[in-house]
Amino acid sequence: MNPQETLISVFAGVFALLLLASAVGAVLKLRLAPGHDSAGIDNLNARIKAWWVMIGLLALAFWIGSLGIILLFAFISFQCLREFISLTHTRRGDHQALLWCFFFFLPLQYFLIASNWYGLFSILIPVYAFLLLPIAASLGSDTTRFLERAAKMQWGLMIGVYCLSHVPALMTLDIPGYAGRNALLIAFLVLTVQSSDVFQYVWGKLLGRRKIAPEISPSKTLEGLLGGVLTSTAVGAALWWITPFNPWQAALVALAINIMGFFGGLVLSAIKRDRGVKDWGSMIEGHGGMLDRVDSISFSAPIFFHIVRYWWVP
Amino acid sequence: MALEHFAAAAICAFAKAVTGVRAIWRDSSPSVRQRIYFANHTSHGDFVLIWAVLPVTLRRLTRPVARADYWRRGGVRRFIAERVFRGVLIAPAAGRQHAFNPLVQMNAALAEGDSLIVFPEGTRNLGEGLLPFKSGLYHLAKAHPEVEFIPVWIENLGRVMPKGALIPIPLLCTLCFGQALEILADESKPEFLERARASLLALAPASE
Repeated sequence: MNPQETLISVFAGVFALLLLASAVGAVLKLRLAPGHDSAGIDNLNARIKAWWVMIGLLALAFWIGSLGIILLFAFISFQCLREFISLTHTRRGDHQALLWCFFFFLPLQYFLIASNWYGLFSILIPVYAFLLLPIAASLGSDTTRFLERAAKMQWGLMIGVYCLSHVPALMTLDIPGYAGRNALLIAFLVLTVQSSDVFQYVWGKLLGRRKIAPEISPSKTLEGLLGGVLTSTAVGAALWWITPFNPWQAALVALAINIMGFFGGLVLSAIKRDRGVKDWGSMIEGHGGMLDRVDSISFSAPIFFHIVRYWWVP
Repeated sequence: MALEHFAAAAICAFAKAVTGVRAIWRDSSPSVRQRIYFANHTSHGDFVLIWAVLPVTLRRLTRPVARADYWRRGGVRRFIAERVFRGVLIAPAAGRQHAFNPLVQMNAALAEGDSLIVFPEGTRNLGEGLLPFKSGLYHLAKAHPEVEFIPVWIENLGRVMPKGALIPIPLLCTLCFGQALEILADESKPEFLERARASLLALAPASE
């Protein structure tokens, strides 16, 4: 199969699964006795509906190509940064620094991917934003909780922009024998990690007993974690044919990114819990905010990128 | 007329895009009843946001009370304040003639059946929390017992567009609408103002 045909068959498979999920959701809703509390099922159906939109947008970006993928993830980063900073208490003196975050570092990071400048891409935010933002904030001459504010801004950029930008950066890797197929690596990463979230939710609902970190997230259980990570590792292994990996390599890589994804969700839940909110936002019906949806990708994307770059790029 | 409607739609769409504003009708819901929305004041854009989240039919019935010296400066601003939002523009105390007593202007608008958006702190609050309320709210409540007083907490707009800033930061804003407040028969001015202030403060999210 050529790359286009492979992409089409992958997305056809995903859409078929969504159809199945929608059918199951509709049946559950119909079989429920009238007057029964249906909040759980309504939430499930809202989630499935949102998946249609998200997968649809992803398919559209893939169809446009490299630029579409970069623009889609730039938008996702924008929304994540917005949600993150909205929930942290910046002050008036941070205005200048925030302008730099939103209107300089975010677009530049994605521009560097488009122009294939890996050297600057990999240090722009960890080095240059890290130094420049506190300088801009200090010019606002407000010392109240200064270090805390600077640290939170840096965190927002790292999670929302730097980490996530490693997804479209996969397009820039030069893998021998894999030319023109890099978009499939993104499909592998996104499908594996997102399916891990879905399976953790499903296994957790079905069998969840032992809570892993009740003070952080009451919905994360050991049964959900094991079932979810193992199932989606199997999904990753089954997708080996779209990657440069062989089946057992695909399984190992999938396992690594699934575990990172799980902890990404846990860390960002801890931040939410500290701020006293349940969701980062309300953009995606049934899911919460954008950051609620991509927290796992944010933690797994850089690791996935480095694994591929270290072992598969000469 | 068409230009006003177009400008209104464009301004509301812009405000919603920049702030992703979400209205939480916690203890009241949109209604054609005559109302006075009173909100915390952190930015010149405050009333725009309240106006933008109201259903279109209610927008036409709702007029913001704003400062004349700011909103009459320049043709575009004046057009927006007077024609688009039909603002009740209040001159600053120094240059005020007796006939333009702010209460007279607000009473006139209420007599025409319009709802109002007011900021009882009287000025933009650059810090946290709420400043003490000016007494105007009490006089309005005394004179118009039939009008509903709805507290509206505006979260984050002060950070989107702080004083003196030229470019807004696209942070997410929320508006929280509280329960309608009525003045009690024997309530004194300080008591009512304090109760109104507490009802608004109760809508603010917990701070760190």
